[in-house]
Amino acid sequence: MSRAGRIARRGFLIGSAAVLGGVAFGAWRYGRPLPDPFMGDLPQGQSALNPYVLIDGEGVTLIAPRADKGQGSRWMQAALIAEELDVDPATARIEAGPVSAAYYNTSVLGESLPFRPTDRGWLAEAARGAVDVPSRLLGFQITGGSSSAPDSFEKLRLAGAVARETLKQAAALREGLDRKDLSTADGAVILPDGRAIPYTQLATEAAQIDPIDQVVLRDKSQWRWLGRKMRRGDIVAKSTGTQVYGADLRLPDMLYASVRAVPQGGRITSLDSADAEQMRGVRRVLQIGEAVAVIAETSWHAMQALQAVDLQWAAPDTAGNQDQIWDSLTQALDQGDVDSRLRNDGDVEAALADGQPVTAEYRVPFLAHAPLEPMNATVRVDADRCEIWTGTQVPDFVVSHVADLTGLPQDAITLHNQMMGGSFGRRLELDFIMQAVRIAAEMPGQPIQMIWSRAEDFTHDQPRPAQIARGRGLADKTGIRALDLAVASPSVTASWFGRVWMAPPGPDNTITAGAWDQPFAIPDYRVTGHRAAETVPVSSWRSVGASANGFFHGSFMDELFDAAGIDPLQGLIDACDDRVSRLVLEELRELSGWTGRDLRPGRGRGVAFCLSFGVPCAEVVEVTETPQGIRLDRAFAVADIGTVLDPVNAEAQLSGGMLFGLGHAMNCELTYRDHMPQQTNYHAYQAMRLYQAPQVQVRLLENGPVRGLGEPGVPPAAPALANAIHAATGMRVRELPMTRQLRFA
Amino acid sequence: MQVTVNGQTHDIDADPQMPLLWALREVLNLTGTKYGCGIAQCGACTVHVDGMAVRSCQLRLGDLNGEVTTIEGLGQPQALHAVQAAWIDHQVAQCGYCQSGQVMSAAALLMLNASPTDQDIDRAMSGNLCRCATYPRIRAAVHDAARRLAGS
Ligand code: FES
Ligand code: FES
Repeated sequence: MSRAGRIARRGFLIGSAAVLGGVAFGAWRYGRPLPDPFMGDLPQGQSALNPYVLIDGEGVTLIAPRADKGQGSRWMQAALIAEELDVDPATARIEAGPVSAAYYNTSVLGESLPFRPTDRGWLAEAARGAVDVPSRLLGFQITGGSSSAPDSFEKLRLAGAVARETLKQAAALREGLDRKDLSTADGAVILPDGRAIPYTQLATEAAQIDPIDQVVLRDKSQWRWLGRKMRRGDIVAKSTGTQVYGADLRLPDMLYASVRAVPQGGRITSLDSADAEQMRGVRRVLQIGEAVAVIAETSWHAMQALQAVDLQWAAPDTAGNQDQIWDSLTQALDQGDVDSRLRNDGDVEAALADGQPVTAEYRVPFLAHAPLEPMNATVRVDADRCEIWTGTQVPDFVVSHVADLTGLPQDAITLHNQMMGGSFGRRLELDFIMQAVRIAAEMPGQPIQMIWSRAEDFTHDQPRPAQIARGRGLADKTGIRALDLAVASPSVTASWFGRVWMAPPGPDNTITAGAWDQPFAIPDYRVTGHRAAETVPVSSWRSVGASANGFFHGSFMDELFDAAGIDPLQGLIDACDDRVSRLVLEELRELSGWTGRDLRPGRGRGVAFCLSFGVPCAEVVEVTETPQGIRLDRAFAVADIGTVLDPVNAEAQLSGGMLFGLGHAMNCELTYRDHMPQQTNYHAYQAMRLYQAPQVQVRLLENGPVRGLGEPGVPPAAPALANAIHAATGMRVRELPMTRQLRFA
Repeated sequence: MQVTVNGQTHDIDADPQMPLLWALREVLNLTGTKYGCGIAQCGACTVHVDGMAVRSCQLRLGDLNGEVTTIEGLGQPQALHAVQAAWIDHQVAQCGYCQSGQVMSAAALLMLNASPTDQDIDRAMSGNLCRCATYPRIRAAVHDAARRLAGS
């Protein structure tokens, strides 16, 4: 009943299978068939596939396996399938799909390879192909690293094309015609006489035949939906309050819970909940691991009662104060142990010994993810099963960890991935979900929604790490001659993998991502990563390593250009050795009307470039010095993502990424005291607000390979602003957030 | 206790100390209004009380004096308010979690000021945090909604 095609590009097979009342098309996994959640009714031993398209008598369902954190990826995935299938995505049902190991994400590990993203030589490509193997073995179903677009681009269109041709074949057999005389439109096969047979009426016949696997993907000139202005499928719901997020789920007789945990790594030494237990609306007060949980009639009752619990704890034996953390970073730089040195061109030491180097030290703070929807998960645990509703970027890890925790087999665990009210990397973590499962396990059969207060969210984030970098360099009239950048950071990769699985051995390339891999030809050029001790747990934050390295590298290049009297935008263009990146810089010059960094007295503009996640992105910011502080007037961004699949959304991602980067650079930091961040809510972590948002113009180019745009808008923003402030005021901002040194209007 | 929400009066058995936000979301199951901060810093919980924009996380039920309108009462997918129609045409939402509050703040602003300047918009809407930073489209959509309301 299950039929595989032979489209074995990049290690996946597209095939079809019969399902109850219809047919499914999707990707097979190499070698070993996996249990398929859609086909639980098939006999044991039947192989199965992971569907992207389901067609039955009711309609067409498109399955978008990558989670949607608000970046529109679910809609984009559906549009990719629909384009080849000839179905209007607006009329199809779009589902997130169940957790399944065959939705493996082939692009996410690519970023950690020691090849520059612009390096398209055979060795680098071969290595990227090889990455397909471990990521498939791990069975990652991860949304992150701007990987959704490249991962889906071919696979989902192929699934749509195979489905279309197979449906045509079913119609051809029924009518005694030749498939090549048939066409498709709007969810139907069109016969030569003009009659249309809806796909829904062909589903069972299509399930009986071998899938047509010889398909040619359409050229983009033929696209009807992709690349054009589309109305995103969720936009009406999100404008009318009818979009249901994880926190909005309401099950019959559901109770609510909230949690107060000790600092991560700490231990509870005493807990007095006598008062809390007496409070109105409270059902249970529990200790779950190193946290106290209250189950109550509403989450407000639960949060109130948590305040009444007297909780004492013993600190972990790591550094828990901000100045100790800075010390550990300085130490990593001073000691000089090399974790990675992926860029080492020429002889930097010799070059620097030959002149009067420009030197600078930069600092960036811990940053919270703080998506607007607080972390939450709704769980029901029964004797033999567990059901979870939550928004997560790592569904596979959720299922395996819940299986370990509950002792249930993985197939007894059902995860319903929910629309997420933002993430920025926060939902790569499992902490809140595991808490919710432990709470629900205490009241079997009872659905419980666990939601954190905002204070819990801020104080129990695994933030972007604080980092320090030192630059030394030389420049003359001809450009930058030597650049040496040393970056100290704890390893985000080791910290996160250590929590969800096991820390990988070897260097962590994310420590210098966004610095070592930049497309610049500098004769003596070196970038070194120094791994600092992990003090507090840290994690991926939108654009990961590049969020800090974009600032270090982009600021220091500007300092060198300035020292040599070179226009910074011209300097970047002249130094750039990648055609696609250079086109981005030239487009930005045109878009921003660049005439130099100086505007008139009190005004200035800055430029910065960063290549991250394979996307070259450059930004210009214009500022004015006013009596109220620095005002951001206008901001411009250009990025190359190869093919613009959804222009309305891509522009929003680029603009949003840039403003996100600016807001945090201006206003945000977490500072630790006794192992906890001192910032507990948005009053102390303002990010970008409407009154500080500049006018924005963005432009997308299509010269490179297909890439996603969730993260690359972030890294150039901070250095472009710092460079603009220098142009306007003469002041170098080398430490973030900028509000440590100046005011914004 | 009686509360009137979107024209309907409900008898609810709730602590008068409970803020309106939780009564809406967890007693009446009107989940369009969101919890973001609980301390009047994000605006996700914005509703109208007698036409004025109010942070529902700060208004205790016992202090409620007036008729509440939530995002569900402002307009529906089949019967959009002008602000919602503008929000859809400009595709403002990213994750969308803040947008109920944004729409409610914008609708309240336009009731007081039919053609706000950028500065008026900044002043009225800076209490509504958008972590996805959809601000340029928010500005454009408010102006567009003002034009729609003037034309209707
Ligand atoms: S939840 Fe009320 S302002 Fe944030
Ligand atoms: S759209 Fe995500 S917080 Fe505003």
